[in-house]
Amino acid sequence: MENLIGLLVAVPLFGAALLLCGGRRLDGKGPYIGTVLAAASFGIGAVLFADMLGRGEHDRALHSTVFSWIPVGGFRADVAFQLDQLSMTFVLLITGVGTLIHIYSIGYMAHDERRRRFFGYLNLFLAAMLLLVLADNYLLLYVGWEGVGLASYLLIGFWQHKPSAATAAKKAFIVNRVGDVGLSIAIMLMFTTFGSFAFAPVLAEADRAGEGKLTAIGLMLLLAACGKSAQVPLQSWLGDAMEGPTPVSALIHAATMVTAGVYLITRSGAIFNAAPDAQTAVVTVGAVTLLFGAIVGCAKDDIKKALAGSTMSQIGYMILAAGLGPIGYVFAIMHLVTHGFFKAGLFLGAGSVMHSMNDEVDMRKYGGLRRYMPITFVTFGLGYLAIIGFPGLSGFWSKDKIIEAAFAKGGTEGWILGGAALLGAAITAYYMTRVMLLTFFGEKRWVPDENGNEPHPHESPGSMTFPMIVLAFGSVLAGGLFSLNDAFVKWLEPVTGHSHGHSPLSAAAVTGGTVVVLVIGVALAWAQYGRQPVPRTAPRGSLLTRAARRDLLQDDFNHVVLVQPGQYLTRGLVYVDHKLVDGVVNGTAASVGGLSGRLRKLQNGYARTYAVSMFGGTAVLIAATLLMRAV
Amino acid sequence: MTHAATVHSLWTTAAAAPDKIPSPHIEYGQLSPTLIVIGAAIVGVLIEAGLPRRRRYAAQLFLSVVALAAAFAAVVGLAVGDYGTGKAHVAAMGAIAVDGPSLFLQGTILLVALVAVFTFAERRLDPVVHGNRVDSFAAQAAAVPGGEAEKAAVKAGFTTTEVFPLVLFAVGGMLVFPSANDLLTLFVALEVFSLPLYVLCALARRHRMLSQESAVKYFLLGAFSSAFLLFGIALLYGYAGTVGYAGIADVVDGQVRNVTPALAGTMGNDALLLIGGAMVLMGLLFKIGAVPFHMWTPDVYQGAPTPVTGFMAAATKVAAFGALLRLLYVVLPGLRWDWRPVMWGVAIVTMLGGAIVAVTQTDVKRLLAYSSIAHAGFILAGVIATTPDGISSVLFYLAAYSFVTLGAFAVVTLVRDAGGEATHLSKWAGLGRRSPLVAAVFAVFLLAFAGIPLTSGFAGKFAVFKAAADGGAGALVVVGVISSAIAAFFYIRVIVLMFFSEPRTDGPSVAVPSALTSSAIAIGVAVTLVLGVAPQYFLDLASQAGVFVR
Repeated sequence: MENLIGLLVAVPLFGAALLLCGGRRLDGKGPYIGTVLAAASFGIGAVLFADMLGRGEHDRALHSTVFSWIPVGGFRADVAFQLDQLSMTFVLLITGVGTLIHIYSIGYMAHDERRRRFFGYLNLFLAAMLLLVLADNYLLLYVGWEGVGLASYLLIGFWQHKPSAATAAKKAFIVNRVGDVGLSIAIMLMFTTFGSFAFAPVLAEADRAGEGKLTAIGLMLLLAACGKSAQVPLQSWLGDAMEGPTPVSALIHAATMVTAGVYLITRSGAIFNAAPDAQTAVVTVGAVTLLFGAIVGCAKDDIKKALAGSTMSQIGYMILAAGLGPIGYVFAIMHLVTHGFFKAGLFLGAGSVMHSMNDEVDMRKYGGLRRYMPITFVTFGLGYLAIIGFPGLSGFWSKDKIIEAAFAKGGTEGWILGGAALLGAAITAYYMTRVMLLTFFGEKRWVPDENGNEPHPHESPGSMTFPMIVLAFGSVLAGGLFSLNDAFVKWLEPVTGHSHGHSPLSAAAVTGGTVVVLVIGVALAWAQYGRQPVPRTAPRGSLLTRAARRDLLQDDFNHVVLVQPGQYLTRGLVYVDHKLVDGVVNGTAASVGGLSGRLRKLQNGYARTYAVSMFGGTAVLIAATLLMRAV
Repeated sequence: MTHAATVHSLWTTAAAAPDKIPSPHIEYGQLSPTLIVIGAAIVGVLIEAGLPRRRRYAAQLFLSVVALAAAFAAVVGLAVGDYGTGKAHVAAMGAIAVDGPSLFLQGTILLVALVAVFTFAERRLDPVVHGNRVDSFAAQAAAVPGGEAEKAAVKAGFTTTEVFPLVLFAVGGMLVFPSANDLLTLFVALEVFSLPLYVLCALARRHRMLSQESAVKYFLLGAFSSAFLLFGIALLYGYAGTVGYAGIADVVDGQVRNVTPALAGTMGNDALLLIGGAMVLMGLLFKIGAVPFHMWTPDVYQGAPTPVTGFMAAATKVAAFGALLRLLYVVLPGLRWDWRPVMWGVAIVTMLGGAIVAVTQTDVKRLLAYSSIAHAGFILAGVIATTPDGISSVLFYLAAYSFVTLGAFAVVTLVRDAGGEATHLSKWAGLGRRSPLVAAVFAVFLLAFAGIPLTSGFAGKFAVFKAAADGGAGALVVVGVISSAIAAFFYIRVIVLMFFSEPRTDGPSVAVPSALTSSAIAIGVAVTLVLGVAPQYFLDLASQAGVFVR
């Protein structure tokens, strides 16, 4: 069984190599090859899952060392995998949703000339993401971490002929570098503190290290998580990343890669448990981001950007839960999985809508689509109900638990976090209802595209609707199944640990509260977008709306605080380099050259001059020797 | 030491009691490398006298190669027979030391000479003249350049096959030079190898005036320096009452055995020692081309036929450094607090002077000449270490450097235009595009000169600088590294010129050499890379050989 773990990574990696190096001969078959290999990876995951279920609760983890990667003295890095319940959950999510999105892409990318390459990148992403969650040490995890970053960069910029896509890819890559530096520093700190960076020794000995060190490691890990998971203050890249093809947004920028930060924090739970200050930072980031994303989501007219804001916000929930410690780890992962289903479904639905509306993304130019695209409407609608936490659907179960856990943190902190989570739930209901109403209800506000083609909305082909239907089932059922008998808690508890906090509110009160804010949010949206006609061009809006449209001024903030000082610094350094460093270097070179030019004049070709030089030299030699003796 | 005393008594007691002269005892076996080479040289002269012209080339080439190979085999035999270490002693009545450094340097000189003979014998580079293949040497050396006699000689297809016995004589002198164990042997050896070199320098087929000018300059300045050397020897004799190395060393150390009555007034006079020592030193520094005794180098390197330049630059340096080492380590170790600071100064001006003046050179042969001056400075840094590591690092550096030099000058013979070798650097622009292999090989040699890792130049430079630093000459190493940096500039500049410049339309062509020059270059590259990649065996060898006998 252990050997299958390596195969899990190797299969999509092989697919990536085959598709990227295979050349034009594979152009036609490429999408199918990529999809089959993704499905094969899912199959292997399923076999491993079945095998794991067959073993007792505490010996479910598998371990497999493939080879020793960097053995240098006391420094030892292995390519070794660890498959426990937490990794298993991710493996199934990644390969499952991944396979569905491969299938969807067959239809979505059918007319793209470079689709072989696209599927190669998707396979590369799967391999890197699986490596990330299967690694048994932080260094190998880092390899996967960078791998998904690379895949994300390549896929965001897949339509690189569009300058906006190329810029967005670059932006995502650069912002992520900031986070990656955090991860690399965290790994170095681990090595100096624990002498290792394998999970087992580091996490087992975490509480023995000093709290200061652990806080530093924790904050660096948080920085890494912020980059990868688009959390404040490194959130700015996610909205722009929507320039990538929609299946990419669904897989990488909604369901899987952006949740890597949550995985990192959950996996490193032992470190955070022993570093309360770092945990406080984590919950702060989570709470701020869940509100930030939700507010941005309210103001966006671009359907994908609205969903991107929502993703940010939902991951904020997960980070918040992970920051709560053992009260929240399980729910963070549970929300991660249910979110994987419904958010992927929503994105695929958005893609389906765009596909039939000549790639129009402005929701103000949709309207009334429910009659033309019934399957999309129903699956999107189920995803919508799930994300706003409609009682009984997936999102309800997982989000409700997080809100409960936030209150259970206790004290003022608990009230603040719980309040923020509850407020976030209300805003979520508002902006998702807005998306729903603008897209599927109301009047047709369609406009011809720039070539003058009138949109003719139609249902998408089977390859696209099939994944949407499967994901809709997940959106509806997953949460309930997980909560049945506390199945998910029991499944993950051996890895992450679990404790019940002391909530000042009863579970029923929290649930009641969530339902109430849900209704308020939906009602507000209905009042604004359901009862009155929607203009094709957005009204000017309040100051907050205008700020939210500009992503709450994140780019302006970055520009003033980071980019400009950075530019001044580089200009200064360039000036110093030109004037000072080059001056010294060139000055030295010039003086050597000048000296050389003068000295060579001594070499005038006359034997008599040479003889004088020898005579003088000998005289100096003798004089110096005598002088040495005299001294 | 006892032998030295015997030689000395030979001179001083001869007049009084002629019947007591002992018959000299000569260890023929241990002197066999020198004897073979000198013997072959004499046979070579006989060949010139007896054989018809058209047969001489093949006979001379055969004779030289066999003699040099046999002499090398003899050196190896002696080394295997433990004469380098355990059985090392002073032979030939105290005149010749047979020890590790002698054998190592003799072996190096013989191999260098063997490879050099290949380049001497090359007959495919110059265009065919009147149906005859010719080499780099004048048709008839005695003919006036451009005169009727010369034209007739060229037309008749004459070649100067005398170069082979000349080289053998020079090699014979060089073999004795580093193993000479008394000052007179040293002087005789110096003249034996210098005179053939003066003649060889004058023998270029092209640019004969330049060649002859260089020979005359070399001869004049060489004679000038020989005079200093000889005068220094006289002063040292006056100081010590002997010319034997061990005897002088004893007097320096204050252990005077037998005071010669005739010299009682001067013996032990330190002024004689210091002035005489400095003058002998100057004679050797002239041969190695140290600043300020270097000025002949660029002119002679440029004017001499390029194969001769390569031989001279490699072999002379090996022999002269060997002699310098023996002088400083055997004769004057007791005086090192006096000569070390002076040699510091010489090393510094040599390293910096060579490197700095090379920067503005435009002729590749002159560039290599200045480069050889800078390298002499680097080797001096190892000499100044005055430790066993210093000796072995210098031995290693000499072996490494001589093959790089030979190879580099051999490449220079290939790049030609209508006027013969195209030595002006501007003509080398873009050579890498036209003849990638030749340019790449030259680049390897340049990188070795610059001391880039994985070439022998790096291993050698590292060894001497390490020895110097360990020997308390850290400041010298700093200057050495700075000079290396300056030197790297002009080496790399040539590489840039060859590979990153547009080729000139009137650029030179690269001649396709025969197997002779090809193998010389190949051996150069091979030694450069082997000593660079796996130097340890040879460093160990040099380290074993690094003990002088007294």
